[in-house]
Amino acid sequence: MRHTISVTVENRSGVLSRVVGLFSGRGFNIDSLSVGETVDATISRITIVTTGDDRIIEQVTKQLRKLVDVIKVTDLTDVNFVDRELILIKINATEKNKAEILRINEIFRGKIVDVSPTSYTFEVTGDENKIEAFIKLVKPFGVKEIARTGKVAVSREM
Amino acid sequence: MQMTGAQILVQSLKDEGVEIMFGYPGGVLLDFYDALFKSGIRHILTRHEQAAAHAADGYARSSGRVGVCMATSGPGATNLVTGVATAYMDSVPLVALTGQVPTHMIGGDAFQEADIIGITRPITKHSYLVTRTEDLARIVQEAFHIASTGRPGPVLVDLPKDVLAGKAKYNRPKSVNIRGYKPKVEGHSGQIKRVLTEIGKAKRAVIYAGGGIILSDASAELRKFAEHNQIPVTNTLLGLGGFPADHPLHLGMLGMHGTYRANMTIHESDLILAIGARFDDRVTGNVAKFAPNARVVHIDIDPSAISKNIVVHVPVVGDVKGVLAELNRLQKKEEPVWAEIRQKWLDQVRQWSEERPLAYDKDSAQIKPQYVIERLSELAPDDAIITTEVGQNQMWTAQFYQFKKPRTLLSSGGLGTMGYGFPAAMGAQFANPGRLVVDIAGDGSIQMNIQELATVAQHNLPVKVLILNNCFLGMVRQWQELFYDQKYSSTCLASNPDFVKIAEAYGVKGIKVENKKDVDSGLLEMIRHDGPVVLEVLVDREEGVYPMVPAGAASSDMIFGPKRKEEKKLKAVK
Ligand SMILES: Cc1ncc(C[n+]2csc(CCOP(=O)(O)OP(=O)(O)O)c2C)c(N)n1
Repeated sequence: MRHTISVTVENRSGVLSRVVGLFSGRGFNIDSLSVGETVDATISRITIVTTGDDRIIEQVTKQLRKLVDVIKVTDLTDVNFVDRELILIKINATEKNKAEILRINEIFRGKIVDVSPTSYTFEVTGDENKIEAFIKLVKPFGVKEIARTGKVAVSREM
Repeated sequence: MQMTGAQILVQSLKDEGVEIMFGYPGGVLLDFYDALFKSGIRHILTRHEQAAAHAADGYARSSGRVGVCMATSGPGATNLVTGVATAYMDSVPLVALTGQVPTHMIGGDAFQEADIIGITRPITKHSYLVTRTEDLARIVQEAFHIASTGRPGPVLVDLPKDVLAGKAKYNRPKSVNIRGYKPKVEGHSGQIKRVLTEIGKAKRAVIYAGGGIILSDASAELRKFAEHNQIPVTNTLLGLGGFPADHPLHLGMLGMHGTYRANMTIHESDLILAIGARFDDRVTGNVAKFAPNARVVHIDIDPSAISKNIVVHVPVVGDVKGVLAELNRLQKKEEPVWAEIRQKWLDQVRQWSEERPLAYDKDSAQIKPQYVIERLSELAPDDAIITTEVGQNQMWTAQFYQFKKPRTLLSSGGLGTMGYGFPAAMGAQFANPGRLVVDIAGDGSIQMNIQELATVAQHNLPVKVLILNNCFLGMVRQWQELFYDQKYSSTCLASNPDFVKIAEAYGVKGIKVENKKDVDSGLLEMIRHDGPVVLEVLVDREEGVYPMVPAGAASSDMIFGPKRKEEKKLKAVK
């Protein structure tokens, strides 16, 4: 099963390599990973999406907690949370299909961030389902490039 | 007052109570070695950095204090790696200090630069690259704190040359406060009560006690607990000495080369009380077939050790000493209802002991290695410290030496490092000057750190090295004998040196024993000599370690000797 794990860590050099090294060294999967500062500049948040059975996920969280630079580990899958991902996607555009591409983008509330005679680049945000759906719809036009941020997530307040 | 980083480091070590450290100098450490000179901290120059790490490890395991080792940048630091990994696998409190190229040169492939933090990341509990002289005092303090608390382990501190040369005030914080590091020491009271319920329900309980008993100095609590409940105790390799070997409830070691009774008791049990142990694969054999009818209670300070390899029914996270003390406190004096049922179980255990005791051919004209160890066990005082190398020598020691006190066996269990025993014995001897310290070695392993004869000679350190010379990498040969048609590929040590002459070349006393009748006198001469000794005993070359649980088998599926010998015996019986 897929789990989204939120890890707050000391905002220091070398910490990310400890976290990532733990995953590779112990054979855990990383499906996606994103890092950024929190409100407290001395703390960063790493959001990791990982797959594994209950036993593996238990090990993942326990091993993460063992790292001295890790402050808190939350398996968001156990709580109510919101997650988002952002993609930048460059799509082939011709006179004929332009209108349709723009219409799809509008439905997904994407932003046009770059235009060239032969392509559009959109910025789309959303949860995984939305992002996947968007990619599926525009694929037939020819996708030149995709850059994805990986998931970020926070728990919901009651 | 401004001090140099090197002076701050010396002062920090003093404030941690460090009296002795093991190391090897080099270019980037010149400032430190200058500050160390006549500082009052004793520095033992080993002849290889690996030995410095193992010596610090032996010092730590035998004394319970933090061991300190040091190496210069690049090759010095990489030479420490095996020692650090050894300490990590066996949860030994160690602080490893490494020199590093100046901060502005890091990352530029400078002369003798190695990313030792990166290299050791998976084999340290934590590590620090110090980038500012003013952080040094705090970092050293944190390093000692992390190494010695919770589940202990090695912490590496990487020290760039300019940080040691730079100046700052000495500002050691009053206390350590690391927000991501708060090890849980006290066991949950509800869980502790559940343990008692499990014990009450069990008919065939067994205690499986590991190195955690020794690390947390809990052998007295363990003994009380086992005696009160009349539950037999088996030890892991690292747990030996945590429960007296001559105690009627003791089963000996379990696992791949464990005793028949220990493995049978575990296999047939309905409750396993795992205390300070981690269900290593050498212990469980095939996990799917491990103790099929047992419920499992697991007491350990490391939450990640619980349910890692085996499903645990009642976990208790906490320091085993405290948890055992609490269990002892809560237990009722009389539990007469259970006494009878336990008697039946203990009788069964006794029967297994009688069926298949540890055995070897006592009538053989050749010197059997097991005999040498039995005699040493008999002749050495109870507080003697025994270290081992790795291989058959290690397993025979675990089987045939009677460890009666904690911290008397030092052996590389998790990593299985050949070359560990001799330098570890040096560290143990420095920590315990009055005691007998013996490294039980194989002729292969001893050659991995034999250069340390120079260190013991220099300090007239009375460490004894007992080489069981079988002219083979014996343990590997045994596997080839059993599972690879006796093709002894690269396991014959055909051109071994004369170990007596080697010892003598270093100025160390050498003794050779070639006949069975001389074993006792050789051992006594070794024990009584006031100084280092190498005692080489020429043992039966093809002796094996038995019983043995072949890899992947259930721990109850033991073999008791090489197939051909078993077959011969069977034929003779027919
Ligand atoms: C550093 C290292 N290299 C290789 C091994 C693999 N190994 C395990 S036991 C063994 C043989 C040890 O031979 P020896 O020291 O002569 O001891 P014996 O088994 O004969 O008692 C070897 C090579 C190891 N454990 N450690």
